[in-house]
Amino acid sequence: MAGAHRQSGSVAGGTAPPAHRLAAPMQNWLMLLPALLFLVVFTIAPTIVTIIDSFWFTPHGAKAATFAGMAQYEALLADPIFWQALRNNLLYAAVTVPVSIILALAMALWTNGRIKGRAFMRLAFFLPTMLPMIGAANIWIYFYTADYGLIDQIGHLFGAGSHNWLGNPHTALGALMVVAIWKEAGFFMVFYLAALQQIPPSLIEAAQLEGANAWQTFWRVTLPLLMPTTLFVGVNALINSFRVVDQVISMTGGGPDNATSLLIFYVYQTAFSFWDTYYGATISTVLLLGLGLLSFLQFALFGRRVHYR
Amino acid sequence: MSGKSNAFGTVLATLGGWLMARAWLLPMAYAVWAAVHPAAYVAKFELMAPLTLQNFAKAFAAAPFATYFLNTCILVSGILVMQFGICTLGAFALARAPFRGQGLIFSLVMVQLMVTPDILIVENYRTLSQLGLVNTLTGIGLPYIASAFGIFLLRQTFRSVPKELEDAARMEGASPLQILWRVYVPLAKPVYAAWGLVSVSFHWNNFLWPLIVTSSVNKRPLTVGLQVFASVDQGIDWSIISAATLMSSAPLLIGFLLFQRQFVQSFMRAGIK
Repeated sequence: MAGAHRQSGSVAGGTAPPAHRLAAPMQNWLMLLPALLFLVVFTIAPTIVTIIDSFWFTPHGAKAATFAGMAQYEALLADPIFWQALRNNLLYAAVTVPVSIILALAMALWTNGRIKGRAFMRLAFFLPTMLPMIGAANIWIYFYTADYGLIDQIGHLFGAGSHNWLGNPHTALGALMVVAIWKEAGFFMVFYLAALQQIPPSLIEAAQLEGANAWQTFWRVTLPLLMPTTLFVGVNALINSFRVVDQVISMTGGGPDNATSLLIFYVYQTAFSFWDTYYGATISTVLLLGLGLLSFLQFALFGRRVHYR
Repeated sequence: MSGKSNAFGTVLATLGGWLMARAWLLPMAYAVWAAVHPAAYVAKFELMAPLTLQNFAKAFAAAPFATYFLNTCILVSGILVMQFGICTLGAFALARAPFRGQGLIFSLVMVQLMVTPDILIVENYRTLSQLGLVNTLTGIGLPYIASAFGIFLLRQTFRSVPKELEDAARMEGASPLQILWRVYVPLAKPVYAAWGLVSVSFHWNNFLWPLIVTSSVNKRPLTVGLQVFASVDQGIDWSIISAATLMSSAPLLIGFLLFQRQFVQSFMRAGIK
């Protein structure tokens, strides 16, 4: 009823005061115009052009770009660095996502109860989230420095040898993952805290009346009720793990020997170090597809809940 | 029996929580230690180590941090103001009675939520060079102005405003823009506050795009300046790098310490709404 009134009011212009010269649809388009303009110029058009460019070769000098067909994709499939970046990224996701989630849950459980100093604990867990990744990286680079760094200095006390954590292909990616987990777990804790506060105390009390101990209550009542949050946090963490790049640039530059190259970093490197922008577009297109699928999954699962980009 | 094991479990859990919180705080506590002590104490933890602010002064002298600060402040506030203005109008149009093409526009907005701007760096850089905006603060900000996140958030909020309020305002002869400004925007204040905090935190810390767009020292925001400082200018003097790191993060960290609850609630609202 109200909707009908709303439309008739604006379409017929009968009830509208004379100040309204424009019909409602026109007003709507005018209000949308600035947002649409920026959206098209900086998101829609570049997305389309990226996909188109992925079928072309990068022009050299005065020579125009030549059509490549699927050649860039064939090159991609044969590109060992691409595969390594993909493998690195998958491994990165496979470790950081579950570990961050489990730690976030533990943090939330700790700081939700009547534990002493829980405000301080929450602060400690959340603080790394506020730090720029570049700042976090600086601190951790020092920790990781061979001999001189904090980890090795502590290790030396226990007779451990010297480790160049970021310079060794076997430890470099792991070292990056630790920083990511340190920075992200506290952020996800917040979502678990909110979810924990939504659980009706009566459910927990009922379980306890039935004789369930704390452990059983957690596994049988709390954890299942937190499932939607876990799913939400999980998908977001997964998407985030394919967007990681600051950390790579500041801590390792993708090295040693591409051991820490992740997908967006490889796009960045291809486009802005090797200046092969059209091949960069090919990698981007693959990433777009993957992230698009993930976001679609996210949207299908959660609808209204969105995340800041 | 079970009471005893419960009490024991509680003590154990408390202990674990405390250990973990300390471990989590350690890296930042260490950065503070390194920043306020002379370089000789970087890894020598003596209670009586002399305090100094020299490291901050040295960092300030070694790189134009004042310019970086100013650039970041201009960038962050510029983006915020533009986002608020443009997304408010867009969200209002999308929240009103359906019109032809509304669904299509809304899905276009949602595309941006799926596409992270970092993937589009190549194309967006090309656009900026065509516009002659490479190496400008405007160029850093432009791609973020039509924030799908903001439009989405505001649209949801506007839609929950009771129609009676709008009808009443219209009866009094208010134009749509007046209705937006007097009815919808005031009711959405908490959402603006939440989104504002998230946006400021995000853009204060944003790195890749500003790194690509800026090529001269006097256009760099803090993150880029800090990265260049730590990797090129400074070698391995960790006390100075720690000081620079803390300095660059300080406004956000202090803001967070003062308004902890608001920050956390904003992040949560931003994630959940």
